[in-house]
Amino acid sequence: MRNILAIARRELHGYFSTPLAYVFIVIFLFLTGIFTFYIGAFYERNQADLDPFFRFHPWLYLFLIPAIAMRLWSEERKTGTIELLMTLPITVPEAVLGKFLAAWAFSGIALVLTFPMWITVNYLGAPDNTVIVAGYLGSFLMAGGFLAIGACISALTRSQVIAFVISVAVCFLFILSGFPLVLDFFQAWAPQALVDAIASISFLTHFESLQKGVIDLRDLIYYAVLISFWLYANVVVIEMKKAD
Amino acid sequence: MTDTITPPAIEVRQLDKRFGAIHAVRNVSFSVRHGEVLGFLGPNGAGKSTTMKMIAGFLEPTSGTVLVNGHDVQLEPIKVKSSIGYLPEGAPTYGEMTVQRFLNFIAEIRGLDGDARQQRVDHVVRQIHLEGVLNQTIETLSKGFKRRVGVAQTLLHDPGVLIMDEPTDGLDPNQKFEVRSLIKEMAKEKAIVISTHILEEVDAVCSRAIIIAAGQLLFDGTPAELRARSADNDIDNAFRLLTTQLNPQPEAVAPA
Repeated sequence: MRNILAIARRELHGYFSTPLAYVFIVIFLFLTGIFTFYIGAFYERNQADLDPFFRFHPWLYLFLIPAIAMRLWSEERKTGTIELLMTLPITVPEAVLGKFLAAWAFSGIALVLTFPMWITVNYLGAPDNTVIVAGYLGSFLMAGGFLAIGACISALTRSQVIAFVISVAVCFLFILSGFPLVLDFFQAWAPQALVDAIASISFLTHFESLQKGVIDLRDLIYYAVLISFWLYANVVVIEMKKAD
Repeated sequence: MTDTITPPAIEVRQLDKRFGAIHAVRNVSFSVRHGEVLGFLGPNGAGKSTTMKMIAGFLEPTSGTVLVNGHDVQLEPIKVKSSIGYLPEGAPTYGEMTVQRFLNFIAEIRGLDGDARQQRVDHVVRQIHLEGVLNQTIETLSKGFKRRVGVAQTLLHDPGVLIMDEPTDGLDPNQKFEVRSLIKEMAKEKAIVISTHILEEVDAVCSRAIIIAAGQLLFDGTPAELRARSADNDIDNAFRLLTTQLNPQPEAVAPA
């Protein structure tokens, strides 16, 4: 635990000692604002909720989260610090978990900084704040899912750009599989069970119910399993090709 | 050595490493006792770094074992890594951190806390003369300072075994002298392995030298014995003699 925290602290500090953290946070806040007020028609809807705010999170995360995750391991490989890290008395799971937690905490900080949105909607009307809390929880869990994927892919390459592009592609598949366009295509010929299975691996499916305020255990388990799976894959990748 | 009861600090047994078709290290065996400074010599690409990476637990051998204080690197990696100070090739460090923060981080991972951590970091900072750059980010430092931060990092937990891959590379003559003095000073109670291209360094600090070329161990003895291998008692000539007789130079082949 101590090692995990030491690594997480170092990594989190690493974000804030480069412009990356500030650029990320500013762009994230700016884009959530644009999406909510213009594309999401926050005012025109005349409803006191944050649905237009949360609805675009999967799409923002698609590009922004791989940008946080891409440096986690690629940079260690590129600069050779992976050799330093892996000859310290720590285990690979400790390193993987520490890095993931730092990135997740960072995305959490960015999410918390959207609080003016919550204040605005409470000022303008009387929203159901439990729905908003569930929406934030769902968004945070989804960010964790995207991050676990991105961290694992970052471990595969020493190039941050390649890590970014592949992560976006993989995350896109995880969003896409819940999209009506894709599901309709399968609906035409595939058995319902397969259609449900494809829909059930999507971020969107599991995010939507949380976004509507329904905290379903199955959605929580989905994210727990998804994150565990990708972190486990991350450990395997590092153990298999530490030195490449 | 009179002490035969305690196991050697480092024992390398029939170590072998292949990277696909490349046979990087071939059946290398040697041991290092406390109080010895072992100089690891060999041409570029000879397998020096690969061997050191395997001792430090970064690479897994294809076959063979490495014991550090009697513990197998592969079976008890954490125990072994705790007792080693390792400077990887090129002295990689986290460039965006300040020297102070970096050393504190390593000390924390090395299990040092509170006052003890502060004392060790301060001690090592004085020892390596890093006082003036403590609050600078590492990436802004000169090559020599970066190397010294790398060396400082290996000493924080006062390890019994030190493995340094080219500790004096990139240092100016004064800094080289300092690092060598430091190594000699620490040699009394530690087992130290350094790799180097600089043969004078072997004479200056090493009590024993090993030569590896093309993955094979070619020589294991004192620097004086190494020198005696050449007709004119010159360490450079002895090195050249040993490392070139294995692979005949391609230039020597008569043109068609």
